[in-house]
Amino acid sequence: MEPKTTSALLYLDAITVSFDGFKALNELSFVIEPREMRAIIGPNGAGKTTMMDVITGKTRPDSGDVFFEQGSYDLSKLDETEIAELGIGRKFQKPTVFDMHSVEDNLLLALKNDRSVRATLIWENTSSQQNRIHEILDTIRLKNMRSRVAGSLSHGQKQWLEIGMLLAQGPKLLLVDEPVAGMTDAETLQTAELLKDINRDRTVIVVEHDMAFVRELGVKVTCLHEGSVLAEGTIDQVSTNDRVVEVYLGR
Amino acid sequence: MSAFPLTRLLDNASTIFLALLAAFAIAIPVLNLLVPAGSGLHVSTYLVALFGKYICYAMLALSIDLIWGYAGILSLGHGAFFALGGYAMGMYLMRQIGARGVYANPILPDFMVFLNWQELPLYWYGFNHFAYAALMIVLVPGLVAFVFGWFAFRSRVTGVYLSIITQAMTYALMLGFFRNNFGFGGNNGLTDFKDILGFNVQAEGTRNALLVVSCLALALSFLICRTIVTSKFGKVLVAIRDAEARTRFLGYRVEAYKLFVFTLSACMAGVAGALYVPQVGIINPGEFAPANSIEAVIWVAVGGRGTLTGAVLGAFVVNYAKTFFTSGWLAPYWLFVLGGLFVAVTLLLPRGIVGTFEWWHERRAEKKITALPASAPHAAE
Repeated sequence: MEPKTTSALLYLDAITVSFDGFKALNELSFVIEPREMRAIIGPNGAGKTTMMDVITGKTRPDSGDVFFEQGSYDLSKLDETEIAELGIGRKFQKPTVFDMHSVEDNLLLALKNDRSVRATLIWENTSSQQNRIHEILDTIRLKNMRSRVAGSLSHGQKQWLEIGMLLAQGPKLLLVDEPVAGMTDAETLQTAELLKDINRDRTVIVVEHDMAFVRELGVKVTCLHEGSVLAEGTIDQVSTNDRVVEVYLGR
Repeated sequence: MSAFPLTRLLDNASTIFLALLAAFAIAIPVLNLLVPAGSGLHVSTYLVALFGKYICYAMLALSIDLIWGYAGILSLGHGAFFALGGYAMGMYLMRQIGARGVYANPILPDFMVFLNWQELPLYWYGFNHFAYAALMIVLVPGLVAFVFGWFAFRSRVTGVYLSIITQAMTYALMLGFFRNNFGFGGNNGLTDFKDILGFNVQAEGTRNALLVVSCLALALSFLICRTIVTSKFGKVLVAIRDAEARTRFLGYRVEAYKLFVFTLSACMAGVAGALYVPQVGIINPGEFAPANSIEAVIWVAVGGRGTLTGAVLGAFVVNYAKTFFTSGWLAPYWLFVLGGLFVAVTLLLPRGIVGTFEWWHERRAEKKITALPASAPHAAE
């Protein structure tokens, strides 16, 4: 494998994934620069989730390259755990927090730390860990909820907790899948603010259907269709693109 | 700060449990050895052995609760590890018989002489030393669990599929141990034990000592389990139980966690089996029967999974009921009672006895907090 020279944090080139002959991704290529926030839109079945699966190592591409950190890591050769350790965090569509753990313990489990069996067995709580957890609780607006069991949070609060868990991992790249699905308008606005906060020192990819939310983010948009890029640009450029209107917005 | 881990380790329920266990371990031998047989307070030697057996069952239940209640691994073959530990102890006890066997062979156990074997199989070597046997009691179940778990967890076999292959494992071992040429006494198993560490296994003093040692082993196992479930490791286990894929995406090596706790649990079950064998006087392939493992899971379900103390309580309650039902005219109905109990617990008491009590207790505590709304925000700050 020749070393890749690219300035991109994430570099996808001609990724193809097929399931029983159906091409979920078809020669998909795009690049994400460091500190960028990118919104990914597209109709159902456009390959958004499969793209996330490829980046996080859940699905192996049939062909194509996925490079991380200026081409230093070939993600198609690593498994989920190794990719998570490299600094790619993923927030799932459905909030999956640990319902039986407190908000605080959810963050503790996510905190960037030695993940080995030995380290967790001899683990001791330290004040620096506590401080970091407090900071995150502040960011995600859940300070008063910290000893509550996560299962008792509202849907919106769970989404924020999940974003907090992503932050706790100190990732370089955050993949956020439909963060505002099922949220109230006020919660949606707060989530946009939260993601902008996070984007100040981290790269973020947001997959979202809610166009008002994408507009609120005010970042570069990529529209996927049938497994490849249909259009890319500002929200205004993309939403006036004829083909995008035809396959996605116009329906 | 130094006192903190201890308070974390011993919550109220744990302290009460350990105190009760200590009282039990002292009271039973006192009532057996010091109170005269005619007195109403006297505990018969039969009961001492019976309680000793219950304690071993409780340890098995504890080992199952550690993996099922906290990591969500439902092993329906844990009786296999119990039996393997039991066989290791049985091999030691067989070697202690020496020339006192029916065939008076100083080296070969009776069943080998009966089968016309000329020399001791290699894997029986060393079992005349207690230290070696003690090592094997922990090592053999641990190793089997490690190899089994390594393949199963690495291949991400979970849920009901894992339960089924654990059943297959214990069944396969049972069939193996039933064979005479396997070298473990075939369907008769190992029995007719004479001495353990030079003491007569039948003697009152030895029986009481075995009960006390079993209680100590149970207490130690309980403390090991508490250490694990109250550590960050324990929090990871619960996370795996509730959302395995999520835990993996957080970067935890789920299979390493499962493998560690599964192997540890098997070692614990092995020690329980080893203490069981001298108290009941026999180990045979029937201990590998899948039904035994399932019964042990029922103890945990009845007591309350994920509580540790519940596993112990469940083992006592169900086995006491079993002793009660199988010793009278109700004997033919025991299996119906056991089946009914499992159905009733699943439907009416899904948290088990201890779990329901804890839940009820927490609900009451929550109500008290919500009754004082003014002070609640301060408490949270």
